[in-house]
Amino acid sequence: MSSDRLRRRHAVTKCFRLLCTAVAWAGIVILAVLLFHVTREGIRWLDIQFLTEFPSRFPEKAGIKSALWGTVWLITLTAGISIPVGVAAAIYLEEFSPRNRLSQLIEVNIGNLAGVPSIVYGILGLVLFVRFLALGRSVLAGSLTMTLLILPVIIIAAREALRAVPDSIRHAAFALGATRWQAVRSQVLPVALPGILTGVILALSRAIGETAPLVMIGALTYVAFVPEGPMDAFTALPIQIFNWASRPQEDFHQLAAAGIIVLLVTLLLMNATAVWIRQRAERTGR
Amino acid sequence: MSQVSTAKPLLAGAGTRKSRTKEELIRFVLFLCAFLSILTTLSIIAILAWEAYSFFREVRVFDFLSGTRWTPLLEPRSFGVLPLVAGTLQIVIGASLIAIPVGLASAIYLAEFASAGVRRVLKPVLEILAGIPTVVYGYFALTFVTPLIAAIFPQTQIFNAASASIVVGIMVLPMTASLCDDALRAVPEPLRQGAFALGATQFEVTLRVVLPAALSGVMASFVLAASRAIGETMAVTLAAGATPKMTLNPLESIQTMTAYIVQVSLGDTPVGTVEYQTIFAVAALLFAITLSMNIIAHRVLARFREVYE
Repeated sequence: MSSDRLRRRHAVTKCFRLLCTAVAWAGIVILAVLLFHVTREGIRWLDIQFLTEFPSRFPEKAGIKSALWGTVWLITLTAGISIPVGVAAAIYLEEFSPRNRLSQLIEVNIGNLAGVPSIVYGILGLVLFVRFLALGRSVLAGSLTMTLLILPVIIIAAREALRAVPDSIRHAAFALGATRWQAVRSQVLPVALPGILTGVILALSRAIGETAPLVMIGALTYVAFVPEGPMDAFTALPIQIFNWASRPQEDFHQLAAAGIIVLLVTLLLMNATAVWIRQRAERTGR
Repeated sequence: MSQVSTAKPLLAGAGTRKSRTKEELIRFVLFLCAFLSILTTLSIIAILAWEAYSFFREVRVFDFLSGTRWTPLLEPRSFGVLPLVAGTLQIVIGASLIAIPVGLASAIYLAEFASAGVRRVLKPVLEILAGIPTVVYGYFALTFVTPLIAAIFPQTQIFNAASASIVVGIMVLPMTASLCDDALRAVPEPLRQGAFALGATQFEVTLRVVLPAALSGVMASFVLAASRAIGETMAVTLAAGATPKMTLNPLESIQTMTAYIVQVSLGDTPVGTVEYQTIFAVAALLFAITLSMNIIAHRVLARFREVYE
């Protein structure tokens, strides 16, 4: 009688375990289905011409040249602005800041900013950069908007990397007479660099895929040229995908799929780089 | 809370006066970079408040919050935001129906059952799923999920809440799973061992000991996931449609708050008109909702972290 009950309890555990396992692996299945679907739809359109032609009303002539270069401009400028500012903010919070109300406020605030919907950043960019600072619908306005969007991500990642640096390194530098900044610049930062880089790459790969803020600042226009300076109008890869996906014709949907393949391959390469940097640092660091 | 390094220079007056001035200057520049985050928040609040204020001089706040007809771009115009809120709510509920059970079960598997090797495979997969841009999920909803639903329910509209809910659920799933995983793993091992020693099976330990102990963290992760779903934009713009209405039928076209903002910014509504200012009123509402949810969740997370560390 009681062994019956015990058997039932173990059977329940077994079922539960099976259920959780199946559900957890469903994530892999979904990822596989998504990748398979996109590849099957888009692979036909993916050729050199697709990368070197401007967008067009005719699917067979359409390409992503302007979108690709727009994304390159956007991400380069965003990286140029957000990396120094983000790392500096992280250094201040981790190495310099006194433990007072203001630093606590800044910390809580960064956590909350990371949760603000990206479209709200788009509105901020539209009013602040496009209109108030009169930057227009330029690459610069887009980059500044993206910078504000990914700054919290960079700051949080860089702080974690700095926190992982053992205090003994700081003590040693101070013992040799270094000031705080000297210790940070020549001892702490080099050790934290791989961790910071990983975080930065992941943040930038988020910026590459962000669509809503760019739609808000008005990057969704027909652009058949490559930007030549930060004040030029631009379009970007996710915007072009959105444009094609929102049209009713089947051909354009497939073009969107081809664009998605390019986007995902780029993201995958960036992620792989981040993982590679992390692993190399782990191997040489210990 | 901040783990500011406790190490300090041995001599308070290290360096010459010149290098101390330089040190102060660097410190100030670094501070400005950190302070930028406060400025960002203040600008968001200022912009939304200012623009929403001019909107509410034309439309009464009460009419906005309690009206059930949202037709700001068509005559006769009506500015009741509830249909957009209802649309958003429908997406959030649908997404939660997927993300909460699947996310929690995945987290239980990762934290309680999986070997270290399996974790090393599954965690990166979750990270990749989390890193896929939302516009890609929108495309997936439109060209894969919707046809699938339509094959089962022929009355399904091309744009519908169901397919958008499903992809938004998939989208917030990795975040839910990873936060729940953190919460479960924060439960001290002795609690499990004690229960096992009393003869409990793995199922009983998980359900009656670990889960209750991690409940606040698990709940906080659900709130954060819902908040993310509310702010989701591109997938719902592409897949859920542009028909603000209050319906319970997930197979019909609806419109969310975020999708409305995109619709107006894509259109040719003249800047400065009441019609245009609707986007700021809607965005202010969106910001207020997501911010309060995030603050609540972070409070809960911070509290339960203190208990176990």
